[in-house]
Amino acid sequence: MTTLAPAPSAALPAKTNREVDTRPLLWPSVIVLFLWMIVPLAMTLYFSVIRYNLLNPALTGFAGLENYSFLFDDPTLWTSLWNTLVLVGSVLIITVVFGTLFAVLYNQEFPGRNIARLLVIAPFFVMPTVSALVWKNMMMHPVYGLIASLQSMVGLTPTDWFTDYPMFSVIVIVAWQWVPFAFLILLTAIQSLDSEQKEAARIDGAGPLAMFFYITLPHLSRAISVVIMIETIFLLTIFAEIYVTTSGGPGTATTNLAWLIYSVGLLQFDVGYASAGGIIAVILANVVAFFLVRTVSRNLQQG
Amino acid sequence: MAEVVLRNIKKSFGPVDIIKGVDIDINDKEFVVFVGPSGCGKSTLLRMIAGLESISDGELSIDGKRVNDLSPADRGIAMVFQTYALYPHMTVRDNMGFSLKLAKVPKAEIDRKVNEAARILKLDPLMDRKPKALSGGQRQRVAIGRAIVRNPKVFLFDEPLSNLDAALRVQMRIEIARMHSDFNATMIYVTHDQVEAMTMADKIVVLQGGVVEQVGSPLELYHHPANRFVAGFIGSPTMNFIDATVKAVAPEGVTVELPGGDNLTVLVVPGATKAGDKLTLGVRPEHLQEGSGDGKLTGTALVVERLGGATYAYVKLDNGTMITAEVDGNSHIRVNDPIQLGVRSQTCHLFGSDGLALAQSTRHPLADVGRGKGGH
Ligand SMILES: Nc1ncnc2c1ncn2[C@@H]1O[C@H](COP(=O)(O)OP(=O)(O)OP(=O)(O)O)[C@@H](O)[C@H]1O
Ligand SMILES: [Mg+2]
Repeated sequence: MTTLAPAPSAALPAKTNREVDTRPLLWPSVIVLFLWMIVPLAMTLYFSVIRYNLLNPALTGFAGLENYSFLFDDPTLWTSLWNTLVLVGSVLIITVVFGTLFAVLYNQEFPGRNIARLLVIAPFFVMPTVSALVWKNMMMHPVYGLIASLQSMVGLTPTDWFTDYPMFSVIVIVAWQWVPFAFLILLTAIQSLDSEQKEAARIDGAGPLAMFFYITLPHLSRAISVVIMIETIFLLTIFAEIYVTTSGGPGTATTNLAWLIYSVGLLQFDVGYASAGGIIAVILANVVAFFLVRTVSRNLQQG
Repeated sequence: MAEVVLRNIKKSFGPVDIIKGVDIDINDKEFVVFVGPSGCGKSTLLRMIAGLESISDGELSIDGKRVNDLSPADRGIAMVFQTYALYPHMTVRDNMGFSLKLAKVPKAEIDRKVNEAARILKLDPLMDRKPKALSGGQRQRVAIGRAIVRNPKVFLFDEPLSNLDAALRVQMRIEIARMHSDFNATMIYVTHDQVEAMTMADKIVVLQGGVVEQVGSPLELYHHPANRFVAGFIGSPTMNFIDATVKAVAPEGVTVELPGGDNLTVLVVPGATKAGDKLTLGVRPEHLQEGSGDGKLTGTALVVERLGGATYAYVKLDNGTMITAEVDGNSHIRVNDPIQLGVRSQTCHLFGSDGLALAQSTRHPLADVGRGKGGH
């Protein structure tokens, strides 16, 4: 070791002696990424302060904060914000709870475990539009759906899920897609739990429940916060599932912020109004991201 | 009052037999050390006593009660792991009080017991830290504290000191020994370390390949090894083994011919040994001296290690056998020097071709003496 030691230290000055500033080499990608972000953002900001309706070319000119004040007076905005919150919150709770349970379950030894794990992960590989279609036509359809036929088998009236429980149905579909993600992350986390720690807890008298709440769950807390952060960012913009199933309805029952912007901009063609909504979404996403990144990074440092 | 009794204990992992019928009697308040080469099943045996591994066959009782089917928590044991296995998200205080909390002991009672253990182990200033913020030695103490708080009948240790540096190991060794006399608990201790085994044990159990080779006090194993394996395993540097042929058999001893042609009468019970038998002579490096004794061995020193107080000479005898001799620290012996080593007849052992030792005619006076406390 001692004879090898001088070599790296001799190599180090040689490297710095090249005096090549590598920062300019980063510029192209930095510039592209910056434009990629700033151009749409600037355009959205610009559109949000002008009168711009595709159906009414005569309507032009600077609108100031008119679009925003219309938006804040519009009850649909508040409904959509609430729906977004309900959707994201419910899916987070369901995926974390089921992801954790599956992770604990599939961490046990049993025959066929690998196949079972594969099946749990499978929904993640299905495109959102396809999985929404599958749920809509094969599971929840009041006539052809599996649930309907099960219901009529026991003598119940089949439920028209998307009419009677629209938000619940969308939540089920989205949660079904995201449970595998939570499961994967939490399974890898659970596998890193020291087996001697579990044995020590067994000697200390921990039964399965105490083991879960005092040992496994605290061990998973970091992984759970990572799951929550990543899922939140994706779930804020859920769109395909709503488009395929309920189209934001009935009424505004499943209109989230993404759907509101889409419907105002591309169904009512009020670009100015939609852009104002877009800006609200950007602000919201940034606020959420700020808090999430802060809690997660604090969590990571602590761990 | 906690005897631990193992009766014909067996363990198989699938088709592989790891523990092949072990009988051990551990008395109340005894400090028993399991030693043996890596993979011989020490940890497995300890984990079976703890209840972390199921018992394939046999009977295990603690305190007179069969515990084969009891859960680890109900056996009245506490275990200290090699990796400490502290709960990383709990403070030292919560780590130590965890078992009592699970047992629904009142808060005040938990505090009292935890503080008591902390005082004994000098952990008071660390009670609100997480394990991450502790040194290795401190973590080890917390792990021991967690065991003490449970007030177990039997303490189990699996190589608890092997992750510590040499100085700390000596200190913790003394602390554990002190703990043993303070708590009057039965302790079972697994180690690789000769010194730990010899210094701490009331009784050493030597295991090999899942069977008990010998059980006895440290000096009994040292002076009266039952077979060649134990003789070679206990003592450092390891015992020398030299081929020898029986010349004559008398009631008080067996006379063998050493490689150089010298005759040496070893004071062992001859049993069925007769003249002409091929035996193995065992003699520890520390029982060889330069010069002559009751018999002599001659050879060449190939390597000389000077430790100051003693010098180890690795000697190639004239017949080619390699042996180690611990000679005086002031010896002038140098590499490639011819050397003559004296053997004293009362420090020699004879092993038959089956590896079993021929019993010594007289018991070593210290072989059955405990460490001074009580009867053991
Ligand atoms: N879960 C298991 N499945 C199969 N074999 C095992 C299992 N646990 C231990 N073994 C085997 O049992 C034997 C004894 O292992 P054990 O851990 O008891 O050894 P040890 O004496 O403690 O060794 P060391 O001194 O290296 O810790 C080893 O050969 C090991 O490979
Ligand atoms: Mg071991």
